[in-house]
Amino acid sequence: MLTLEHLSKTFYPGTLNERKALTDISLKLEEGDFVTIIGSNGAGKSTLFNAISGNIDVDEGRVILDGKDITDLKEYKRARMIGRLFQDPLKGTAPNMTIEENLSLSYLRGKKRTLSFGIDKKDREFFRSVLSELNLGLEDRLTSKMGLLSGGQRQAITLLMATMVPPKLLLLDEHTAALDPATAEKILALTKKIVSENHITTMMITHNIKSALELGNRTIMMNNGRIILDLAGKERDEMTVEKLLALFKEKASEELDNDRMLLS
Amino acid sequence: MSLQALQLSVELGLIYSLLALGLMISFRILDVADLTVDSSFTLGAAVSAVFAVGEGSIFGIPFASHPVLALVLATLAGAAAGLVTGLLQTKLGVQPILAGILTMTGLYSINLHVMGRSNLAVPADATVFEGIKALLGEEYGELILLLLIAAVLLAVVTLFFKTQLGMSIRATGDNEDMVRSSSINADFTKLVGLAIANALVALSGGLLAQYQGFADISMGIGMVIIGLASIIIGEVILGKKTVFRRALAAIVGAVIYRIIIALAMRINMNQNDLKLISAIIVTVAVAYPTVKHYVARKLKRKGKSAC
Repeated sequence: MLTLEHLSKTFYPGTLNERKALTDISLKLEEGDFVTIIGSNGAGKSTLFNAISGNIDVDEGRVILDGKDITDLKEYKRARMIGRLFQDPLKGTAPNMTIEENLSLSYLRGKKRTLSFGIDKKDREFFRSVLSELNLGLEDRLTSKMGLLSGGQRQAITLLMATMVPPKLLLLDEHTAALDPATAEKILALTKKIVSENHITTMMITHNIKSALELGNRTIMMNNGRIILDLAGKERDEMTVEKLLALFKEKASEELDNDRMLLS
Repeated sequence: MSLQALQLSVELGLIYSLLALGLMISFRILDVADLTVDSSFTLGAAVSAVFAVGEGSIFGIPFASHPVLALVLATLAGAAAGLVTGLLQTKLGVQPILAGILTMTGLYSINLHVMGRSNLAVPADATVFEGIKALLGEEYGELILLLLIAAVLLAVVTLFFKTQLGMSIRATGDNEDMVRSSSINADFTKLVGLAIANALVALSGGLLAQYQGFADISMGIGMVIIGLASIIIGEVILGKKTVFRRALAAIVGAVIYRIIIALAMRINMNQNDLKLISAIIVTVAVAYPTVKHYVARKLKRKGKSAC
């Protein structure tokens, strides 16, 4: 479904601040794969998502989604195929517009925006039914302003908006990190349900190693802009949080040693 | 204030209400302070005057005149000005404020070319108001026509922002990140928004030129502030909950603004001071939340130290 070929990105090249954010990243995802991504801050996880969604241009490499090379496609055009959630629950919705207006904007994903009316009776009924599945009581508040909702409610709606028209790829960038533990749990459960029901190929960045191992069918670990570990199948099933942490330390220090060798 | 003077203020207010409506779109909906307005207002007036006056030529191209055609062309010219500002912002990466200033400055020369001089008179019999007076009566003809135009545009603007395209434009001003991730081309929605905003502003200028009987190169100076003051006055009265409320607030605010100015002139205030007063109104309204916050904190601290 998604193939990344030798992606590289360097920020501020040729200056003192030069930073290699991605170094020769190659990855292949099958349809319906749910990949969790872990790694310390600055490992390049979000940059990888930015490169896939078109928020930044890569220096080298290709991004191929569903057999189509999208490397040179603009972000809003890729958005027809890619849904994305951010850590900040405020980022995914328009606060001064109503719930139904927000939903209808994403419901039209991939279609041309015309002069016909945004929301008709049928749309409203559909929105009500998908909202009721969230069990947050939002189905009776279609005309409430988005800005009045809590972070958790807004993130739940953002998730709905990103998946209402099932995307070919769903990118979740620590989408529960800013929520309280109970709400985060709810949103994670919801994510699991929506993703499996619609069979959406998904990548999820998380700092919670436990949920990284519990959710999905594959886990990759990033460090210094590289993929340093790729777990799937039996190896992943047998992995524990402790073992993974130990592995991370080992792998990360290996990398460090390599860098030292290069420097000396 | 006599009834006649009041009617005059309301008529002027309705003309300026289109300017306020346009600014409501750029300032409130798209969330950019679009300074193109100072010149697109004059552009509308210039085009309207030139095409109302009579046979002639513009940039050497001959044309036949008609007051309604003049207004249509004025509106289109305004939309074009908005497009230029939009293209500077989106395709060339010029900061929004600077993009507006650039278009505004460039348009000054173009406006002079359009008029051929800095001031152009429009004889009364060459305006839309002449025909409407013959149709609806000398006394209320102008008022009825202007009310009708404002009402129609209020409806059109309100309905437009409920369409799919209109909602996309509103979302662009509200959360651009979300717009792009909903596969909406934010550059396009900004262009459309700015074009519509300046089309309304130019129509306002075009109507004013025909109403007052002349177009002047400097008639647009300070229009941004006048428009913003109108919007703010209207919002104080009507709130800004829905697009309809906001649009209605712009229109009502513009009319009230004109009445205030008429009253100010009655107490022999210097007309040259009006721009200063407008600037102060806008400053007070924009600064109000900050000052309120500051005062509240000061009071809270005082209360604490007292006990």
